[in-house]
Amino acid sequence: MNYVILAAILFSIGSAAVLLRRNAIVAFMGVELMLNAANLALVAFSRMFGELDGQIMAFFVMVVAAAEVVVGLAIIIALFRARQTISLDEPAELKG
Amino acid sequence: MVNEVLFWIVAFLTVIPSLALLFAKRPVHIAMSIVTVMVGLAAAYVGLGAPFLGVVQIVVYTGAVMMMFLFVLMLVGVDQREDLKETIKGQKWIGFAGSIGLAILLIAVIGKVTMEPRITGVEGNPEEIALQLFSEYVLVMEVLGFLLITAAVGALVLTHVPRLTPRRTQVELAEARVLAGANPVNKPMPGVYARHNALDVPALDPEGNVIEDSVSRVLEIRHQTQDGAEFRAHLENPEQKGGDDK
Repeated sequence: MNYVILAAILFSIGSAAVLLRRNAIVAFMGVELMLNAANLALVAFSRMFGELDGQIMAFFVMVVAAAEVVVGLAIIIALFRARQTISLDEPAELKG
Repeated sequence: MVNEVLFWIVAFLTVIPSLALLFAKRPVHIAMSIVTVMVGLAAAYVGLGAPFLGVVQIVVYTGAVMMMFLFVLMLVGVDQREDLKETIKGQKWIGFAGSIGLAILLIAVIGKVTMEPRITGVEGNPEEIALQLFSEYVLVMEVLGFLLITAAVGALVLTHVPRLTPRRTQVELAEARVLAGANPVNKPMPGVYARHNALDVPALDPEGNVIEDSVSRVLEIRHQTQDGAEFRAHLENPEQKGGDDK
C-alpha cells in the first residue's frame, strides 16, 4: 500500500510540472513521470493481488509511452523549426 | 524488513529528484534527475517481484526515452530561457493548489481503503509473462506492434522537411562559383613547410609575405593566429635558431 501512496505523490508532482512549467520538454517530462506513477501503482496492485495482469498492463503502458514520446518529441521539433521556441505560452494564434 | 528499507530508499530516490521537475532551472539537470527517478522505479519493480519490468524500465526509460529527451534538448539548444511572465494571472498558485489538492485527495482515498494482501509469491518471471502475453494478450501485442510502426512513421513525417528546390549538382555549384568571380583554385594550406604546420600560422609566399587566405577566418576573428614573424626571420637568417628548434 505504501507504494500506491508513493505513486500518488509522484503523479501529483508530474501534474504540477505539466501545469506550471512553460518549457515544452519539461512539461513533457512531467507527463512521463505521471505515466511512471501509474505504472508503479499497477505493479504494486499486481503484487497485492498475486496476479500477473497488472505487470502486463504496466508493460503495455511502457510501450504506449515510448510511442507517445517519439511522436511528442517530433511535434516539439516541428514546433521549434516553425517558431524557434519551445515555450508553451508562445503559440497564441487561436486567441480570439 | 528488507522490503521496508527498500521502500524508503525508493521513496527518497524518486520523490526528491522528481521535485527538480518543479524547481530546477536548467532542462538538462531536470532530465538527469528524471533518469534517477526511473532507476529508483526500476529498483521498486524488482523489489515488488517484477524483475522483468525492472529491466524493461531501465532499458526503455533510462536507456531510450530519457536519452531521446536529452537529444532533443541538445537539438533545440540547452540555453532556452523560460519566460517567467504569466499569461494567465495567478497560474502558478492555481497550479500548485490544484496539484496539492490532487495529492491530498488521492492519498486520503487510498488511506481509507483496506485490502487484504494476498501475497502468493507471484514473480514476474519473463517465462510467465511471455506465456500470458502470447496467449491471453496476443491481440494486444499485435496492436501494439502496429502502434509502434505508426509512431515511427509519424515521427519521420513530422520531422521531414520537403525540399523546395531541386538539388544542385557539383558541376552547377562550381559554375556558379566561377560566375560569381571566386578564385577557382584551392586556398593555400596554413603552416610553414617543415617548420610549423599548426592551423594558426599563415602560409608564406616565396617572398616571405603572409598569405591571409591560408588561415581560417574563425581563428582570425578570435585573434588566435600568429603572424609567422619568427619563421620568416628564420627563413631570412638561417643561422638564427627559431621555431621549434628552441
